Amino acid sequence: MMEVVSPGLLTSVQDLGRYGHQHEGVSPGGAMDAFALRAANLLTGNDENAAALEVTMQGPTLRFVRDTAFALGGADLSATVEGTPVPPWRTVLARAGSRLAFGAGTGCRTYVAVAGGVDVPSVLGSRSTCLRAGFGGHEGRALRKGDRLRIGAAPPLAGRIIAALAAGGTRRTAAACVIAPWGISSSLRPRYSAAPVVRLIEGAHVSLLTADARQRLVRNDLRVGAQSDRMGYRLEGPTLETTGGRDLLSEGVAFGTVQLPPGGVPIVLMADRQTTGGYPRIGEVASVDLPLLAQLRPGDRLRFRTVTVGEAQAAEAQREAELAQARLAIRLRHP
Amino acid sequence: MRFTPLGDRAVTITIGERIDEATHRTVRAVCARLTERPVAGVLELVPAFASVVVHYDPLRVPPCVPPRDPRMRVPELAHPYERFISMLSATLHDLRAAAPAPSRLVEIPVLYGGEGGPDLEEVARHHALDADSVVRMHAAGDYLVHMVGFAPGFAYLGGLAPELATPRRDVPRTHVPAGSVGIGGAQTGVYPVDSPGGWRIIGRTMLRMFDAARSPASLLQVGDRVRFRVVTAEEASVR
Repeated sequence: MMEVVSPGLLTSVQDLGRYGHQHEGVSPGGAMDAFALRAANLLTGNDENAAALEVTMQGPTLRFVRDTAFALGGADLSATVEGTPVPPWRTVLARAGSRLAFGAGTGCRTYVAVAGGVDVPSVLGSRSTCLRAGFGGHEGRALRKGDRLRIGAAPPLAGRIIAALAAGGTRRTAAACVIAPWGISSSLRPRYSAAPVVRLIEGAHVSLLTADARQRLVRNDLRVGAQSDRMGYRLEGPTLETTGGRDLLSEGVAFGTVQLPPGGVPIVLMADRQTTGGYPRIGEVASVDLPLLAQLRPGDRLRFRTVTVGEAQAAEAQREAELAQARLAIRLRHP
Repeated sequence: MRFTPLGDRAVTITIGERIDEATHRTVRAVCARLTERPVAGVLELVPAFASVVVHYDPLRVPPCVPPRDPRMRVPELAHPYERFISMLSATLHDLRAAAPAPSRLVEIPVLYGGEGGPDLEEVARHHALDADSVVRMHAAGDYLVHMVGFAPGFAYLGGLAPELATPRRDVPRTHVPAGSVGIGGAQTGVYPVDSPGGWRIIGRTMLRMFDAARSPASLLQVGDRVRFRVVTAEEASVR
């Protein structure tokens, strides 16, 4: 059980999203930074799709009612357990009654995975919160002060990780938490940055851009606009002109689709996007680089670099192979 | 039929260029075929007016079987999306011009005008009609669900009489209640959840267009035929 002492800016229950209902207009939703969620779950011995808390910029204060193993993945938001700094990308065993709090940091989102997962009902196949329509997750909304969240039973691997951490902590019985000496190495993580280069696959309607606009799309820094959120990121910079494209029929879109509405400001569709759209599609962010976007705050910049679909898929396959190795290494460490 | 990648985890199958019943039948036939003969890696299908987007997991697309003769490389099938498009194409290549697929008829009771239909008078004035005529014409329509998108349970309905097409409000409302029946340009539909909106609201239904706890969650599905039925305030209040 976790108690929400203070909720933070926007904290919600998310897993890897709900699939199978886009034909009914239900957005997949789920974690904005799927890599960070999966890594945090791996560290706790959870299934990768276990429900966790997505924390946005200003984090919550959570009290663990019992001894709880958790891991943070994503932005370093200066987390502490009873004042002791705890780094992301490492498993932590927190004592019963201790509080996890956050401070200032870099990046935008961090995931709090707890061994056993956040135990909320599964709705339409997922525990993710659909904030827009108000269902799923914890009562279909962001967390509030006073909320109490159940934690599921720790799977066997999680139990072994906890036992190893507890054994390692007996020398410091006064400590509120024990931090594992191993974790997800930086070479495995995406190249998070406040000004990343993001791989972009050219979209179906890129030919509608003027030649000038096409150059500007990849030569210039684009700034994440103030109204950017879980539904989409507005990318401000040079205006991009199109020739035509005003009467396109609505079609299915994806996480990372870059639309260009008539105003000339591209929008990257994110986790809570609408399932279909009728604006011109000038590009698709390579899935492997979506975590880079998820860590950008309004005001941060990015630059696009075009790649082919094949290159994007090869990069993702590489990342998956590395994640699989990390998964195996954690298992071997805890026989 | 054209197959183009929609990023690295989806493919768009483009079937036509227009909103019409023949294109719609082909869209449904494509979805039916891909459901009857599942292709490895498919996560889900999203039908629309003239296309079907197939979302897939590239890591679950089976690897190419290398040819026995190493000199016979098939480099164009090296990437998951190429192999996937090849499998989709093979599954759909003999799709005939589709017979009309069976449709459900869904009746939506609507209390037109009054508090739930604040724009009815304005729509009538816009067309130099009286409110009763607008109601009669709207309820006489035989509508088809071409696609469900924009919001959970929001059905794009084809078949609004051109005489009722009304431009959207210049300034959208910040709050349109769920169940509101509206006209936006040449389209008509029902708002499934509370949301901002710029359509002209002419009535309200008590039916829940979307319910996450129900199966299926969306009341209207692609291919359904829809009729609006006029109800009186008494009938509406009994619910």
